[in-house]
Amino acid sequence: MVAAGQVPAVTMRGISKRFPGVVANDQVDFEVQQGEIHALLGENGAGKSTLSNILTGLYRPDEGEILLDGKPVTFHAPRDAIAAGIGMVHQHFRLAASFTVAENLVLGHRDAADRGLLLEPRVVEGRIADLSQRYRMPVNPRARIWQLSVGEQQRVEILKALYRGARILILDEPTSQLTPQEADDLFQTLRLMAAEQRTVIFISHKLEEVMAVSNRVTVLRRGRVIGTVMTKDTNTRALARMMVGREVVFTQKKEGPAPAERDVALELRGVSATGDLGTPALQDVDLTVHQGEIMGIAGVAGNGQRELAEVITGMRRRTAGSITVTGRVTRGGNPLEAIQRGVAYVPDDRLGTGVAPSLSVADNLVLKAFRGPPISTRGVLHRRRIRANAEQLMHRFDIGAASAETPARQLSGGNIQKVLLARELSSRPRVLVASSPTSGLDVGATDTVRGLLLAAAQAGVGILLISEDLDEILALADRIAVLYNGRITGIVERQHANVEQLGLMMAGAAVA
Amino acid sequence: MIRIERRLTESRWLVVAVPVGSLIGAAVLSSIILLITGHDPLATWGRLLDGGFFASGAMSATLVSATPLLLTGLAAAAAFRMQIWNIGAEGQLYLGAIGASGIGIALRDQPTLVVIPAMVIAGLIAGAAWAALPGVLRAYTRTNEIITSLMLNYVGGLLMSYLIFDSHSYWRDLSTFTARVFPQGKYLSAAASWPSFAIGGIVIPLGLVLGALAAAVLWLIYTGTRFGFEARVIGDSRAAAHYAGIRTRRKIVAVMALSGALAGLGGASEIGDFRHVLDPRGLQQASFGYAGIVVAALARLNPFAVIVVAILLGGLSNAGFSLQGATFPAGLVGTLQGLILFCALAGELLVRYRIRLGGPARTAPPATTPSVVEVA
Repeated sequence: MVAAGQVPAVTMRGISKRFPGVVANDQVDFEVQQGEIHALLGENGAGKSTLSNILTGLYRPDEGEILLDGKPVTFHAPRDAIAAGIGMVHQHFRLAASFTVAENLVLGHRDAADRGLLLEPRVVEGRIADLSQRYRMPVNPRARIWQLSVGEQQRVEILKALYRGARILILDEPTSQLTPQEADDLFQTLRLMAAEQRTVIFISHKLEEVMAVSNRVTVLRRGRVIGTVMTKDTNTRALARMMVGREVVFTQKKEGPAPAERDVALELRGVSATGDLGTPALQDVDLTVHQGEIMGIAGVAGNGQRELAEVITGMRRRTAGSITVTGRVTRGGNPLEAIQRGVAYVPDDRLGTGVAPSLSVADNLVLKAFRGPPISTRGVLHRRRIRANAEQLMHRFDIGAASAETPARQLSGGNIQKVLLARELSSRPRVLVASSPTSGLDVGATDTVRGLLLAAAQAGVGILLISEDLDEILALADRIAVLYNGRITGIVERQHANVEQLGLMMAGAAVA
Repeated sequence: MIRIERRLTESRWLVVAVPVGSLIGAAVLSSIILLITGHDPLATWGRLLDGGFFASGAMSATLVSATPLLLTGLAAAAAFRMQIWNIGAEGQLYLGAIGASGIGIALRDQPTLVVIPAMVIAGLIAGAAWAALPGVLRAYTRTNEIITSLMLNYVGGLLMSYLIFDSHSYWRDLSTFTARVFPQGKYLSAAASWPSFAIGGIVIPLGLVLGALAAAVLWLIYTGTRFGFEARVIGDSRAAAHYAGIRTRRKIVAVMALSGALAGLGGASEIGDFRHVLDPRGLQQASFGYAGIVVAALARLNPFAVIVVAILLGGLSNAGFSLQGATFPAGLVGTLQGLILFCALAGELLVRYRIRLGGPARTAPPATTPSVVEVA
């Protein structure tokens, strides 16, 4: 199917893209042949989305060039990429919910099927019927989007791309919201498209499905290409190794004795919770974190990590089970209760949740302490103490901000994270829940943040470290629990942990 | 292609330069219109300033117009600061007027020192209660407060009309035959007339003094109290407020009530300072509540700036009356006032957004959504 020497449908050469404080793509070379299903594999933050955003004209690369069928192209806007035959199916669909399928397909698209302002529904519907039959994607063109299931909506997205003449189709984490059956149907469709010499780029971090559907795999890690391999010459084990990286870049290791003999800081018994859509997100989770212990939660995003962090910190109600903080059961569903019990939280959504972005660094540093002395008495704030607190913490945690009055959103990611940690750790917590604490940070800031977490553990804080970065978990955690599909699928001591085994557990593969 | 992008930072000099530029823009545009219609722009501008501020008695008249604008402007600013969109200052002002006039009638035999504080309190409470309705709906059922507060304006207006025109209510004067045929409200006693203060020939109504006081209190609340801190966090990010353990719902109701209380005080002042009778038609024609939204926007929600803007807009509307005449049609006055407001609001946009011609937008960092509006 993939002929050697053929001119590739897509060539990306030496692509680099930098954002403030982050190198998202670093000299990426990426080639896709016509008629192949090419998987782009990598952890969150590895640079997959940036690369696809460059290919679809949403971002312009800082360096490097893009060739389609061997000819250099420059995209100024997404519509240039669409005109060149590139179609994108986003993870979060971009459909108008109250419009019909046919209307969504022609929305913003001009071609012979519409004459002036009038739509010709029958022509459009006919074409939809053709396409959906050809690729086995049954969908009623007259149905309104809100009436469709997630799987059907995805078909509409794919049909939309095809309708606009996409020869190259990019799918971003297409199975993340699908049932296994729907995912199988999708794979069938993709194979049919490849057989018709269309090109499919399949972005994923799930090993099993990459093995199931792709012809070749390119693995990205930290913005760099680790390698491109034929799927038939590899296996999930090898891919896991490439994706997570064997070498531990950071040398910090958690020192010392097993804290298991110390008191329990946090205990979860049979905890369940639902996600934002009301579907079960956590099921029957048992977890114990001792004082001074770092418990790592490994797993691919979307397997219940956010819900786990939120039930512990009171931001989400649990539907079953009990949560005990330093020996007392919490009522739950109340962030203030958690704060007062000494549960600190570094959320993964730093800028939207962890800080109030337009408020000053000084105000953000008292976001939780403003309720009482010394920051306020009888409802009146003491500006001078807020300022003194800010100056002290900015110095102690080396927060790089123009002044204490600088709005938080103007800080770099690393400095925002330092503000968060400074606030949370200075509250003398018993438990700290840290969600992806170093994602998107540069090497220096990552090192600082890890150092702060280790120091907190030394001081006796029980830490729940939720991270997709296995290196990080292996470097910091005493024990590692793997979360898959809302369940803890296993807990291992760090000494006995092995990257490949963890990678497989994270990807949902059964481990013997 | 023209793009409008949100500025990442608001530069200091723009905050000064843009209002000045807007004024110049308004002057140029209105001069063109004046020249076309055969009026001398400079003379017109002179008369405008004179009629609004400098002629004898002009400043006093301006302060009368400014008083309700100040209070409804503060009402809007109080809510908007927390990103709660109370569009109902109009109705809250009516309710304040109903409450204050009701108490004023009830306490007609009491001395000034009893009646006036009672009227102030009644205005505050009635306005607060009326605003609390959409507040509670917003907080506990997630009903859009823009729509509910706006709709309650009509309900408030109709209630006021009902009390005077369609019923034999406590507020209606039924003492004489004419009053029974031509419905009107009961006039308040002389003791219920709010005092005014004359400084250097300028008459300052009590309502304006209370408004200035309210502005200071509002500023103190927002900058110096726990309540204000929580409101600022909620206004900036609901998620961050939830994260910090702030009880968002109670705060929404409280801020709505605070906002409504200020508008209600505006209604009380209309009764006590100026009208001395519940006057549904006059209050509804004035549209103080809606004008207050413009005042708050121009003042960038700063309570002290609300004082200045209210006086400027009060002057502008008064000057309009004095410009109007045989050779200067009312429509042209309205056009000039509209142009000045338009330029001021357009300038406000420039402080927060930049306009770029051609070329692709600068890519925003991946974490934030690029807020780009394409005008094509």
